Amino acid sequence: MTISLPQRWQFRQPSVIPGFGLALGVTLSWLILVILIPLSGLAWRSSTLGWSTFWTLATDQRTLNALKISFGTAFLAALANVVFGVLLAWVLVRYRFFGRRVIDAMVDLPFALPTAVAGIALTTLYAPNGWIGSLLTPLGLKVAFTPLGIVFALIFVGLPFVVRTVQPIMEEIDREVEEAAATLGATRFQTVSRVLLPGLAPAVLTGFALAFARGVGEYGSVIFIAGNLPYVSEIAPLLIVIRLEEFNYPAATAIAAVMLIISFVMLLVINSIQAWSRRRYGYGA
Amino acid sequence: MAHDAVAPASSGTSEMVRSATSESRLARYGLIALSLAFVGLFLVLPLAIVFTEALRKGPGAFFEAIADPETWAAIRLTLLVAAIAVPLNLVFGIAAAWAIAKFEFKGKAFLTTLIDLPFSVSPVISGLVFVLLFGSHSLLGPWLSSHGIKVLFAVPGIVLATVFVTFPFVARELIPLMQEQGTSDEEAALSLGASGWQTFWYVTLPNIKWGLLYGVLLCNARAMGEFGAVSVVSGHIRGMTNTMPLQVEILYNEYNFIGAFAVATLLALLALVTLVIKSLLEFKFSAQIAAARKH
Repeated sequence: MTISLPQRWQFRQPSVIPGFGLALGVTLSWLILVILIPLSGLAWRSSTLGWSTFWTLATDQRTLNALKISFGTAFLAALANVVFGVLLAWVLVRYRFFGRRVIDAMVDLPFALPTAVAGIALTTLYAPNGWIGSLLTPLGLKVAFTPLGIVFALIFVGLPFVVRTVQPIMEEIDREVEEAAATLGATRFQTVSRVLLPGLAPAVLTGFALAFARGVGEYGSVIFIAGNLPYVSEIAPLLIVIRLEEFNYPAATAIAAVMLIISFVMLLVINSIQAWSRRRYGYGA
Repeated sequence: MAHDAVAPASSGTSEMVRSATSESRLARYGLIALSLAFVGLFLVLPLAIVFTEALRKGPGAFFEAIADPETWAAIRLTLLVAAIAVPLNLVFGIAAAWAIAKFEFKGKAFLTTLIDLPFSVSPVISGLVFVLLFGSHSLLGPWLSSHGIKVLFAVPGIVLATVFVTFPFVARELIPLMQEQGTSDEEAALSLGASGWQTFWYVTLPNIKWGLLYGVLLCNARAMGEFGAVSVVSGHIRGMTNTMPLQVEILYNEYNFIGAFAVATLLALLALVTLVIKSLLEFKFSAQIAAARKH
């Protein structure tokens, strides 16, 4: 058997389980081949552009507007998903009612339904002559072919992220905390809003981040409902596709690089807020 | 719609007596109604309209749209791409989960982050990286074309983009599950004289089969439904490099709504089957799946 050598640096802790070399070898070579080489190609391409070219391409007005629309609508949709996602998770965890299982299963629909299908379905629903659109038009509310339509599509796409991160944490909440709050004279509303919800903050934030990240990059469900008017309802991924079709590879690369950098920085910020709030409030973790 | 909250006090006694840890009946019904309305508006109606639009002109028009040769070509291509991409990522997923869940080594957290990378990259960018790698302006492009190898605007490119996008699915399901299960079963098998492969086939695989099936289902749903990445690399050659989601887009943009929604019904049925199997698995093997859900 192995004798531990405490002073030596070890890549891995000794184990009797075989197959580490093979498993890690397969994992790393596949990862490098399929993910890392293609992604570093993007990094290399944007670095060869040179700083001034990159800056000119990235600060082009149409690009700036597209980025603003992508990040703005994704932010609004993720906010809406936090509200409705927490509500849905609460109802699914706490209440027993007819059809609960079906609703629970339906929440995963946006994961399973191809985005193009979601896109044409939502567009048909919210178009001025659609089932919902025809009800909203008399109220002066236009959803399809406006930025609001983008938000609606992103709400559809992002919903399961919030529900599925919050739900398991909610199931683990210790009932005694609520009982304690109630015996100390808190109203039910106070217990929920001041005791339970703050503890869910890390999970909610994770859900928000996932829904937001997904929304920023979403393409299939959005392009049908957006109307795709340059400067108004044109999302950044669509602009990448347009630049590619024009064989303007530098511009496409620059937009992609900016999107990746912003998403990466935001996830980093959210991760650190999350770590902080988990220390401060969190359940489970 | 009904009923009691899952509070200890409300189980046997009358519903009139409200437990201190549940909401008033009015609030409960209100919240349930609000969530039902939201689910109905955002999830049920979009699904329903796919089927009603496809059948708007009756089953005859529906089947005629499905029988179109271009649609058949798209179905065949979609099945082919999934048949290549899913097994590849299945093998990768098992290998990655084995290395990450069964061993302690330096850089494990970093490796896990790298595996999740495709989740945080826009599908369009996932397609773009392959255009930059294999396109005519790239380093590899001239070499590939001089050797008569077509990657972009052909099946290999579509497969690559799909593999990229579906890369984390199986691994992401298996890692938490296998971490929870630990290594004691395998250690017992090994100490009784089983070989490494025997341990894997007879001990590990039966333990993870439901989580594995679930991961494969999600991976397959995404592989067949991927739009953005595939759209960038496919070149949209009708009857040649159009997958089903791309066929939906083309038909829809040509105002052939019956055709678009007919193809969309097939994809929606795939989604429904995925959800039903997933729910059955969760219902029957909730304890095993629950571990995988906590990520």
